[in-house]
Amino acid sequence: MSTIDFEAIFEAKLANNEFIEPKDWMPENYRKHLIRQVSQHAHSEIVGMLPEGNWISRAPSLRAKLVLLAKVQDEGGHGLYLYTAAESLGVSRDEMLEALHTGKAKYSSIFNYPTLTWADIGAIGWLVDGAAIMNQVMLQRSSYGPYSRAMVRICKEESFHQRQGYEIMTRMAFGTPDQKEMAQDALNRWWYPSLMMFGPPDAESPNSENALKWRIKRESNDHLRQRFVDQTVVQAEYLNISIPDKNLKWNESKKGYDFSPPNWEEFKNVVKGNGICNKERLEARNKAHNEGAWVREAAAAYAKKQNQLSTAA
Amino acid sequence: MSMSDNQGPLWEVFVQKKSGQPYVHCGNVHAFDKEMALQNARDVYTRRNEGMSLWVVPSEAIVASSPEDIGSFFEPANDKIFRHPTFYQIPDGVGHM
Amino acid sequence: MNELVFKYLLRISDSGLILAQRISAWTGHGPFLEEDLALTNIALDLFGRSRSLLDYAGNLEGKGRSEDELAFFRNERHYYNHLICEQPNGDYAQTMLRQAFVDAFELLLYTELSKSKDQTLAAIAAKSVKEITYHKRHSFSWVKRFGNGTQESFTRLQNAFHELWPYTGDMFEPIEGETDLVKNGFVPDLQKIKTDWEKIIKDLLEECNIRLPENVYMHSGSAKALHTEHLGFILAEMQSLPRAYPEAKW
Repeated sequence: MSTIDFEAIFEAKLANNEFIEPKDWMPENYRKHLIRQVSQHAHSEIVGMLPEGNWISRAPSLRAKLVLLAKVQDEGGHGLYLYTAAESLGVSRDEMLEALHTGKAKYSSIFNYPTLTWADIGAIGWLVDGAAIMNQVMLQRSSYGPYSRAMVRICKEESFHQRQGYEIMTRMAFGTPDQKEMAQDALNRWWYPSLMMFGPPDAESPNSENALKWRIKRESNDHLRQRFVDQTVVQAEYLNISIPDKNLKWNESKKGYDFSPPNWEEFKNVVKGNGICNKERLEARNKAHNEGAWVREAAAAYAKKQNQLSTAA
Repeated sequence: MSMSDNQGPLWEVFVQKKSGQPYVHCGNVHAFDKEMALQNARDVYTRRNEGMSLWVVPSEAIVASSPEDIGSFFEPANDKIFRHPTFYQIPDGVGHM
Repeated sequence: MNELVFKYLLRISDSGLILAQRISAWTGHGPFLEEDLALTNIALDLFGRSRSLLDYAGNLEGKGRSEDELAFFRNERHYYNHLICEQPNGDYAQTMLRQAFVDAFELLLYTELSKSKDQTLAAIAAKSVKEITYHKRHSFSWVKRFGNGTQESFTRLQNAFHELWPYTGDMFEPIEGETDLVKNGFVPDLQKIKTDWEKIIKDLLEECNIRLPENVYMHSGSAKALHTEHLGFILAEMQSLPRAYPEAKW
């Protein structure tokens, strides 16, 4: 068979809503795009453990501590599933980590914002996970089989993440004046970064076109962002705290809210590495990896010795 | 970074939901030895009561068919309808068979 | 008797709580992803167990103190956790060896506690035995890997051993009046557990080419709530929010 035939098979699969599996022929650009997207997604999960992990030691009740610990652990698990999905495309976890640690690979810039109060843990669950879930539900139908399967598992596990965040927000928003102030402040600080999570506006999104064509993504950035805003407004109203946007207004003709765009200059700066926590996050990842090197070496050496013993026996 | 600095070999993880049921592939872990592979599989894939039993297999031990094999491997089974019970006619009145 | 059981419950719940507080600092910072998840599972077990024990302790005390009040509103001189649990994480060899020492101890202790005359304690212990059996399998595997891995891992394990060994004796110090609990069949005799523990640890370390030293001076004090300076910082961090906003509900 010639390459052209392979390409036709690939296109036919996409057209029939079938999945592409690791051993199937795929265009090199498709593979590259996926490796970039899936590994970035994995990095985001792993780096995303850090801002929330910041509060594990200070969680204000034992129940809250258990929930937060389980949630941060889930994020590690999700990073693991996603790295595996990327590995099936022929890149090793080592290579991906190397790209993360040297700053070559990107991760979601939301995790470069600091968690300053306990309400931030609520806001992250409510808004950041809320936005992530919206994206991930779509990705369950992504055309690459291993990515799609990882997303199915992740969505199932993440269903508690947003709820626990909203529960924290509820307790804060209906708590003491101090708590209510923290809740409002957290919404103020996390609102626009959450809107940024869906990526640049469609008109300026360089990778979107191919991603949609290949069904790696299935909905546009702006479309998802709109849905997120529409869903979140009523949740903020219930909490009796206000979304920090004077232009937020119901638009009957589009059956959705009009809202102010986030500051895309800030977004570009954070992506470039100028967020308040970029340096710290990368340092934390590098430190864990470097300090873990001797542990991994010891485990590899031990396994080798065990193998030698069992072959000698 | 030294050559030996890696994440360990990849393993395939299979979970049995409860006894009597088949083992189903659920994902992968990295691990350096068998015991670690088993423990990692437990710690990653059974945190929500997903199973009662686990298999771990080195990924390099998996032999997989290729997409090119679909025609020759699987399509010949399409016309062997005599392998299915509905192919046969059983008279009424002889009970369940 | 209730007062005595209350104090005993604090001793075992505090040990789990402080150790969990220590090891959960690894979450997000583990040597590789799978191990990060594995250690977090252990922290979750320990926090969960401490909740059950503190909840029961609060009921027994009868002053209406909840698990959180007991965890977040007692100071250093009212915490009874073993000294070894509050020792720093150090490197992964130190974390795993500390874990192995505690796991071996807890498996023996909770196995006995699961036969306690106190039904509630026995039930909590029975559940815990299953968890600890796995913790021990995990930590023992790692200690063996370090002992027989590379020269570096062996050296690190040896250093961890010298660091931690003097704190192990403290696990076998009874609280005041514990003999009465032993007599009534509520809790096991720590001296008996000590003999078994030493044998298990000796076997483990022999596999790692580490010989147990003799006549090492053992620190003690936690049975009287006397601690190393580490505990103050652990509590300051852990208790900061509830203490800053005592009116708040979380």
